[in-house]
Amino acid sequence: MPELWEMTKLIRSKNAGPFELTFDIMFKDNDGFRKAKKSGFCSPDKIARKYGVPPDSVKVFFLENISTIKVSIPRRVPSGDARDTDIYGGQFHSPLVRMRI
Amino acid sequence: MAKVRAVAASGNLSTGFPEASLVRAIADGVDFIGCDAGTTDSGPSYLGSGKARGPREGVKRNLRIMMREAMKTGIPVVIGSAGHAGGRPHLEWTLSIIRELAVENSWHFRLASIDSEIEKATLAKASREGFITPLGSSPELNEKTILDAQRFVAMMGIEPIQRALEAGAQVVVAGRCSDVAIYAALPILNGISAAVAFHAGKILECGAASVEQRKAPDSMAAELDADGFTVAPPNPALRCTPQSVAAHTLYENADPLHLVESGGTLDTTDARYEAVGNRAVRVTGSRFLPATRYTVRIEGATLVGYRSIVIAGIRDPLVLRRLNDFLTSLHSVLERKIFDNLRLKPGAYSINFRVYGRDGTLGEMEPCPDIGHEVGLVIDVVASSQELAADICPIVSHTGLHHPIAEYNGLISNFAYPFSPGGIDVGPVYQFCANHVWELTDPCGPFTMKLEQL
Repeated sequence: MPELWEMTKLIRSKNAGPFELTFDIMFKDNDGFRKAKKSGFCSPDKIARKYGVPPDSVKVFFLENISTIKVSIPRRVPSGDARDTDIYGGQFHSPLVRMRI
Repeated sequence: MAKVRAVAASGNLSTGFPEASLVRAIADGVDFIGCDAGTTDSGPSYLGSGKARGPREGVKRNLRIMMREAMKTGIPVVIGSAGHAGGRPHLEWTLSIIRELAVENSWHFRLASIDSEIEKATLAKASREGFITPLGSSPELNEKTILDAQRFVAMMGIEPIQRALEAGAQVVVAGRCSDVAIYAALPILNGISAAVAFHAGKILECGAASVEQRKAPDSMAAELDADGFTVAPPNPALRCTPQSVAAHTLYENADPLHLVESGGTLDTTDARYEAVGNRAVRVTGSRFLPATRYTVRIEGATLVGYRSIVIAGIRDPLVLRRLNDFLTSLHSVLERKIFDNLRLKPGAYSINFRVYGRDGTLGEMEPCPDIGHEVGLVIDVVASSQELAADICPIVSHTGLHHPIAEYNGLISNFAYPFSPGGIDVGPVYQFCANHVWELTDPCGPFTMKLEQL
């Protein structure tokens, strides 16, 4: 079973405004995209468990034409809050990188 | 058929661009130069403090090149989200650089500035009258939280920029402004459809971020017409591909296919991206769905306290193997000592152990908070004044250094401090206090324009 990073050319996270995080998972080819989509690795339930957010707050988009999966979740604390750990939200994709597909 | 050619000097005015890229774009022919100068990405500090993001000399260099090319060819320059946060002090900071450049280079032109800072009383009134609506997960915004905040800005759409251009301004400096509106305002004024103009704006606003492999900040150019737009980087070493442009459409946007702007939503569900030659991409097929009410986004920042920090490393395996217990017990000893020394109760300050090597990066979202052979601690103290936060630091440093563990008898030193003195004052701490939209009857209503002839 490959790890997610082996199938992709880019996995990134970033703020989508100060209250949300968004992950872009761009696959090397459509084949990998389809396999990953079918595996259900990024179902709202799985993402919710991994990040400790409510499943109904997880948004998942499958963009077939650019072989990309996009996942958006709320932040636990807004960007720059006294307890925030990542102002730009640039490292939150990390737990996804080595997921087995 | 009307065509409008736009160039984005860079994705952000403070990061710069190669001079040759902008000069080449101008030589190829453009109708205006745009540049976004701001974002909320770097947190609430700029908005709260009123400080602009520099370096000032760098911003001046970038503006000098943009304005020189504009003066030579007689085309407008549009700057959005001046000084990073787009508040009044940020706008003034940017204007002072522009006036300086005009004097130094004997440039004469009409300058428009558009103020987007919103008086707290105005916002409180709008809130009372029901014109302010929360978006998604929002902090509570009421009359009290509005009056307690440091500063609010409203994010303008295309209309205030269009008004400035129609008034004959050659250089338009907007306070907080939609990134996309910087590039959509002039084309729409010249008969380009909102669908084409907003989608082109979304691609242009980050400069060369939509090329295949961006090595450094650079310029980006687009030609807009009735059916779509064609985008290509002026730097011949870079290229756009259908995939790179399509991928950029979804950058920093929670929903990849719908971009909500003041006045409507750009829907890129059916957009087509086709290669033109080796370096350009043609984009067609997006739609613009007008909104039933015109709203602008509100951003605000509130001062929550002042921060001082202590940085320390821990390497002892016996401390590390029960680190959570160690820090919990240290925290309760600190509460007692801080009360003894400073008469401060726990609610009056906060001490947060940021443990790098465990969950320092992801915090509560870390799925595997395991510890390796060492951790780095940032002990984060926030109190009601800088003096108090600084006073707490030596108590934290000394207590933490010698805090006992059961395995050792006698005085121990647990923390490796890289610096002397241990405490570092970081300054005021702000938080974003609004995630709301404000319904307007006039899209230009809250945005005051000033014209000056230089």
